[in-house]
Amino acid sequence: MALLEVHNMTHWFGGLRAVHNFNLTLEAGQIRGLIGPNGAGKTTIFNLITGIYHPTEGRVVLDGEDITALSPNQIADRGMSRTFQNLRLWRYLTVLEHVKMARYSKLTYGLVGAFFDTPKREAEEKASTEMAMELLELVGVAHWADQLVTSLPYGAQRRVELARALATEPKVLLLDEPTAGMNPEELIQMMEIIRKVHSQFGMAIFLIEHRMKFVMELCEIIQTLNFGEVIAEGTPDEIRNNPVVIEAYLGKEVET
Amino acid sequence: MTTDSLPVNASQNGLRARLARFWEPYRSVPLLGWLIALLVSVGLEQLVGRPLAWALGMSKIPALFGIVVILDKPLLIPSALLYTILIYLLPMAIVARLLTGFSNRLARRLLQYPLIVSALVHLVLAYAVLYLWTDISDYRLLVARLTMIAIIVTLSLNVVNGYMGEFSCSHPGFMSLGAYTASVFTLVLFINDNRFGEAILPTSWGPFFFPIGLILGGVVSAIGALLVAIPSFRTRGDYLAIISLAFMFIVKSLFENLEVFGGARGISSQPDYATLPVVFVWTVLSVWIINNFVRSTLGKALNAVRDDEMAAEAMTVNTRKTKMVAFLFAAFWAGVAGGLFAHVLRYINPDTFGIRKLAEVLAMVYFGGLNSVTGSIVGAVGLTLISEALRPLEIYKWIIIPVMLILIMIYRPTGLVAFTEFDVKSLFQPKEAAEKGADHGAA
Repeated sequence: MALLEVHNMTHWFGGLRAVHNFNLTLEAGQIRGLIGPNGAGKTTIFNLITGIYHPTEGRVVLDGEDITALSPNQIADRGMSRTFQNLRLWRYLTVLEHVKMARYSKLTYGLVGAFFDTPKREAEEKASTEMAMELLELVGVAHWADQLVTSLPYGAQRRVELARALATEPKVLLLDEPTAGMNPEELIQMMEIIRKVHSQFGMAIFLIEHRMKFVMELCEIIQTLNFGEVIAEGTPDEIRNNPVVIEAYLGKEVET
Repeated sequence: MTTDSLPVNASQNGLRARLARFWEPYRSVPLLGWLIALLVSVGLEQLVGRPLAWALGMSKIPALFGIVVILDKPLLIPSALLYTILIYLLPMAIVARLLTGFSNRLARRLLQYPLIVSALVHLVLAYAVLYLWTDISDYRLLVARLTMIAIIVTLSLNVVNGYMGEFSCSHPGFMSLGAYTASVFTLVLFINDNRFGEAILPTSWGPFFFPIGLILGGVVSAIGALLVAIPSFRTRGDYLAIISLAFMFIVKSLFENLEVFGGARGISSQPDYATLPVVFVWTVLSVWIINNFVRSTLGKALNAVRDDEMAAEAMTVNTRKTKMVAFLFAAFWAGVAGGLFAHVLRYINPDTFGIRKLAEVLAMVYFGGLNSVTGSIVGAVGLTLISEALRPLEIYKWIIIPVMLILIMIYRPTGLVAFTEFDVKSLFQPKEAAEKGADHGAA
């Protein structure tokens, strides 16, 4: 059994079918990509898998457990973490607090600890700070730990989001356009960071990306989505030369 | 650092530079030094305050540093000002300056022990100041206790309106639940009165059981909060504001129509259990616990929910539980404050906890600053002082305070001291770096 399985997932927004019959098997440690033109339903699939929407039909199974009906925080706690396409950071929290926040469900000191500042809370907060600092070190923004995220450059904000996602100790990491808005230099750095993270933690990664260079280099298998349906699936080479994919992106040649 | 900046300032703005130069040595006075200086001032007032006030042509000591005089008897403004300078500003300036080295050494020494030692020393000093200050008149005693209760209410509302970013209007309702519960508790159990009859327990036990009454009041408030929270936290937006406002009016008319609790006339003759030390201890307790909460990751989750709920949920935060806990927690403290309030005034009626109370509390929160413990304290103290100063204007006070609030909203939308962390440890620190700078400047 694979780590993450999605069976025949279909989702309707009122009368619009956003996702149709989507299937996915993600093995432990695998990196998979999801590409497709704008509006194809890629982010909707992420939102369905992470519980922000619940699919009209179909099932999502993580590590043998059916998580289709769970809420996003429960799914995140069970080892599925994500980043967002348009950064979703907290305006008034520092970089360090962002990463520590992702440890929320792992904290056991409870309300008594929160109200009375018990030694147990001190110890847990300290451990979580140390872990957060390690992650910030890993993505290279540790020197900004005490800054508000809004004062960081864009590329660094993306890395904070990645570190935050890692702090939940995910088995599956979903990256929604991790290089959106980055310049070529930042893109290379981001690719290196993702490689580093993958080799260090060995989690499965499922990513949405528009930059073909990035997807082709990182992913073992790529799915192509158009109008909510998978139109092609295969290795980067297969996808690159697949006429259906080219048509979805560039359109059909006019027959003369 | 001072030697570099001063000449430039001096050429630009003489007065400001002179003020800065005057203030420079005081930068290195730690909190401990200020408390000692304040203690000396209030001690001085005990000794020579009365004769000095008479000598300056005032019938009694100016109660709140002369601010009440401003509108009441404008002719006495110079006297009151002179009195404040002679009793407070001048002695404090001298003592703080003279004891800078000593208080810094003492603060450093105290921090070598566990933090609780520093905290206790500061608190004892603060209480001594408060005790001597309120000893002068009953009016001061009343204002001091009401101010401290206002701090509890403001801080607890700040948890919801500031830290959580929702807009709740039900705090007067929670206060009245706490006030009625605690009043009934003490009256039924310990006092012979004509409404609830003979006391069940010996009257002398009353003060010892008073905390239980307050906690009970807080718990009843929290249960009330549950009724508001269940329907309104399903969605975001204005729902909480509307439902909580409705809740406030429901509670008010409930008490107006319950003859058991005196109907619109309310309950009176509560025992005088909310003395200065009792209110002081509860205020310190509430500030400590609320500050602990908002500084923990569990409390910071409120900020995360406020700034981006979807991200919070994706990062394992149980947003519904977080919001519920915070709302009930805030209501609990409002209830405790209500119980104290009832036993300070020793008379409550449903109208006490109406829309005007709401305006007052909201003004304190937004004036002081959102998302900030210091801001809440500043807001509660500042607005109490302002509202006492404006008392001669009677109902027109309620034109001036909202106008001030509007101005604050325009020029500092989040309040005076918003989005700061209240770190107890740094509060107690000696000001060593500044001390060195000052020495350098003097040389």
